[in-house]
Amino acid sequence: MSQNVPDSLKYTKSHEWIRIENGLAVMGITDHAQHELTELVFVELPAVGRKVTAGEAFAVVESVKTASDVYAPITGEVVEVNLAVTQNPGLVNAEPYTGGWLVKLKPANPAELDQLMNAADYRALIGV
Amino acid sequence: MNGLKRTPLYAAHQRRQARLVEFGGWEMPVQYTSIVEEHLCVRRAAGIFDISHMGEVRCHGPAAARFLNVLLTNDLDKLSVGMGQYTLMCNPQGGVVDDLYVFRRAEHDYFLVINASRIEADWNWMQAQWQAFADRAEVILENQSDLTGAVAVQGPAVVHFINLCLQGPSTAGTTANRVTDLKKNQIGRFSFEAMPVWVSRTGYTGEDGFEVYTCASLIESFWEACLDAGRAAGLQPAGLGARDTLRTEMCYPLYGHELNENTTPLEAGLKPFVALEKGPFVGRDPLLEQQRKGVSRRCVAFKMPEKQPPPRPGYPLWVPNSSGPVGQVVSGTQSPSLGVGIGMAYLPAAYALPHTIVEIEIRGRRIPAEIVPKPIYRPATAA
Repeated sequence: MSQNVPDSLKYTKSHEWIRIENGLAVMGITDHAQHELTELVFVELPAVGRKVTAGEAFAVVESVKTASDVYAPITGEVVEVNLAVTQNPGLVNAEPYTGGWLVKLKPANPAELDQLMNAADYRALIGV
Repeated sequence: MNGLKRTPLYAAHQRRQARLVEFGGWEMPVQYTSIVEEHLCVRRAAGIFDISHMGEVRCHGPAAARFLNVLLTNDLDKLSVGMGQYTLMCNPQGGVVDDLYVFRRAEHDYFLVINASRIEADWNWMQAQWQAFADRAEVILENQSDLTGAVAVQGPAVVHFINLCLQGPSTAGTTANRVTDLKKNQIGRFSFEAMPVWVSRTGYTGEDGFEVYTCASLIESFWEACLDAGRAAGLQPAGLGARDTLRTEMCYPLYGHELNENTTPLEAGLKPFVALEKGPFVGRDPLLEQQRKGVSRRCVAFKMPEKQPPPRPGYPLWVPNSSGPVGQVVSGTQSPSLGVGIGMAYLPAAYALPHTIVEIEIRGRRIPAEIVPKPIYRPATAA
């Protein structure tokens, strides 16, 4: 299975990706995760302003078949959510790393970023 | 997926890179491309499903009809040769052992199609009932589940290609010059590669379509021949995911969801398939009692507003002013045809009326849903 794991991103064991952009952490679910979940029909995002702890379930993505929690990759505050994916959940399938991003977090502890996986480790985890 | 049974179409599914999942003890394709796409393909054109996991039991002999009329809830006497009917098999308490289709293939020869997850339970139950039947010497039961391969070909375009891959006229069952001459619920014996194939005009999607039963060794060539014949008409393989969303839109029950041994057919809304007047059958007394007193709970269909999360089995249901949940979702999904959450749920009878607004608890939030008449979706093209 050819799944896209960009070198420029950091990853979690629970299949989220994260990228630092202007001091904020943009995150979403990986190409592997969207593939496993199959075609998404519903995305539930947290409220802007919510404070989350690394590892906390704070969003939900649902396919026809199942609902799946999305976990915060780092501790921080939700500063923006991608309303486009709530309108069109298929964006997460089509563009998991670009148009299908889920939320932007203001990191509380930048050192946490170092604990995330790099692309090579994530590729090893999913066996590609 | 150790220990799971595979159908004779397993290799065909692998070739098409189907996503395989466990279902009722079987390793089955849940989807080939996407559940939504396969669902819409069945509604707009046609889909072919592997249903070889389902069980088949032949019941024949001079007393077969009398035996089946004791075993099953519907009235076998209404079944002429070449016809099938939906029916239920109950325990003495009126709970559902299984729901099934029974076809009368010849004067004293019946063919029962049962749920994959219930083959063993049904077979044990049928044998116990046979033991207790006075004229058992005149009834022969044969479990043909392992010998039989089956597919369902469903959708409005099926009539444009099904005759290309099956030769008529029917040589047993009902009379028909070709497969498309079958009427709804009729069954006939046609041929494929000079081998006998039983074809019924039935299905589990709400669309026009056919179910095809033959020996396990022949089903893969039929599957491929049918896909070839139907390609121009838009036929695609469809998996259990689409099968589930299609049947949920139609409010067809699924054993283990709407039906189980503690649920009666009357509670499930299946009274048209329970012939209380036909005479004694297993479960009749408690069902008569329930009919007299009225059921305390009913299986209802519901629809959610747009932009809400899909309902899932097990989600609690509240009614206005209730201090806690009064029921729960038994089937629930996002409807690919309607684009909203739909499902079925058991509710106290007082609330089980169309247009009642209930609340479905999803991750701690209570979201309103409307009880709607069944089916939730009406296909434009069904036969």
